[in-house]
Amino acid sequence: MANSLYARRRARNATWAALCYAATVFGLVWLTLILGALVWKGAGGLSLDVFTKVTAPPGVEGGLLNSIIGSLIQTALGLVLAAPVGILAGTYLAEYGRDAKISVVIRFINDILLSAPSIVVGLFVYQFCVVPFGHFSGLAGGVALAVIATPIIVRTTEDMLGLVPNTLREAASSLGAPRSLVIRQIAYRAVSSGIVTGILLAIARMTGETAPLIFTALGNSLFSVDVTQPMSSLPLIIYEFARSPYAEQQKLAWTGALIVTAAVLTLSIAARILAAPNRGGR
Amino acid sequence: MTSTALEGTPAARSGASVRAHALKRMKTADSSFRAMTLAAALIVLALLLGVAISLFVGAWPAFQHFGFDFFISDAWSPPREKFGAAAAIYGTLVTSAIAVLIGVPVGLGIAVFLTELCPPVLRRPIGIAIELLAGIPSIIYGIWGAYYFRPFMQDYLQPALITTLGNVPGISPLFQGPPLGYGLLTAGLVLAVMILPFVTAIARDVFETVPPVLKEAAYGVGATTFEVVGAIVLPYTRVGVIGGVMLALGRALGETMAVTFVIGNAPHIQSSILAQGTTISAMIANSFADADPGLFTQSLLALGFILFIITFIVLAAARLMLARLAHKG
Repeated sequence: MANSLYARRRARNATWAALCYAATVFGLVWLTLILGALVWKGAGGLSLDVFTKVTAPPGVEGGLLNSIIGSLIQTALGLVLAAPVGILAGTYLAEYGRDAKISVVIRFINDILLSAPSIVVGLFVYQFCVVPFGHFSGLAGGVALAVIATPIIVRTTEDMLGLVPNTLREAASSLGAPRSLVIRQIAYRAVSSGIVTGILLAIARMTGETAPLIFTALGNSLFSVDVTQPMSSLPLIIYEFARSPYAEQQKLAWTGALIVTAAVLTLSIAARILAAPNRGGR
Repeated sequence: MTSTALEGTPAARSGASVRAHALKRMKTADSSFRAMTLAAALIVLALLLGVAISLFVGAWPAFQHFGFDFFISDAWSPPREKFGAAAAIYGTLVTSAIAVLIGVPVGLGIAVFLTELCPPVLRRPIGIAIELLAGIPSIIYGIWGAYYFRPFMQDYLQPALITTLGNVPGISPLFQGPPLGYGLLTAGLVLAVMILPFVTAIARDVFETVPPVLKEAAYGVGATTFEVVGAIVLPYTRVGVIGGVMLALGRALGETMAVTFVIGNAPHIQSSILAQGTTISAMIANSFADADPGLFTQSLLALGFILFIITFIVLAAARLMLARLAHKG
């Protein structure tokens, strides 16, 4: 009797364990399938033309130059707007307003923004940066990306500053350093790699965003570095070419997808490596 | 006290008035830096308010024109200027439900594997691999879904479901129709794969808040791994796990690119989950470029506003639950 109960418990344990193993294999299979498809379909299209020619109508040999440049410009714009706001807001939450009532609200709102649907952010920026000017622009695309990047930077900055030991701040203050100097000279330096991690994660997120660009930057088949005009970007061109009936455009879409994924995953891995020593030291 | 800090600066070396001046400058710099950080923090607040207000203002004419009908009508006909959100809301809820139903158990299974079963050598690489899955941009899920997963659904899974579950009384209406590959189920499955790493990441974090002594005590009295998980870990972390599930649900509700490619973009409500449908976000992404500035655009903004409200509620609930667990831990 006791033996059969024991066997039953063991069997149940083994069944659940097998299911967990299966779940893990399931997850890893998807990763392999997706990355495999990207390399399989995308790597063949990698050539110098991709980086030196602009997107072309079907039948004409083209590349992705304008989309790559557009992505870089809009991501840079997003970063220039998001990084100062994000770092300063994170500083407020972690330093000046650590226990303030408003910080509770801002933290909560920031967490909501962190996972808010990006298409909604796109509509918001459309209302604010496209409708008033009467046309789509790379600038609006950059603003949309900034709205997506800001909460990421706020969150990581706050978390990282929270790791700075208070004794370090107290030591600096007791030497007479004003609060702002303590923050900028001591706290920022202590967690600089953590803040950079947040920025890398934000760049990774911006690089892959598509939905908010549809109605802000719109896309542009010509080479353009004018941010007041519609601008192409890699995710947008993937979105457009993947649904194209022409084989050469589909091929470029996959090559673009490979480039975007490689960039995003490289950035995430770099961020992880940078963050690792901090976490270990805690 | 302040003189020590100023000793190195030129101000300290030349007279008390200069020192007072430097001190004053420092004070101004200090308070202006403080003001700057507060302003930046308020910008975050303003962003969310801006999203809510701008969408509501843009959507108001549509709400006013259609009234409550907008929520219950599934008509979507730009030429006749008849717009209703019901089909899009229905598709959003159904695809997200499928995603949660499949993504959550698998995600939890992986989290249990990583925290309880995995050999230590493999823990890091497998953890990173799952996180990479979370890092892949949604457009990549979209293009992959369109080129690989949709044909797979059309050729294998959908015919199999139609011939098996399609004949089971009671649930047969769910599995009817021609196997086209596109549809609610295809979109739901792609979403399931997308949210799975989020579930795993959060579950792993909250599982780690369980005091080891509790688990050790259970193991000590002879509990198996799964009795420990079922009787100690899950009850202890229940609130956090539910919070994580809600967070994943929030992702699924708002996801655009992965869905647009595989859902078929047909604004109808059909009983079959194999049928083509649409979601709020897919509808917006697909129609916005062609929409003229009048009622059409306003209706799309109204859809966006509805999506914002739905996700806001879900995400807010998720954060409150996760915060409750954090207090406990």
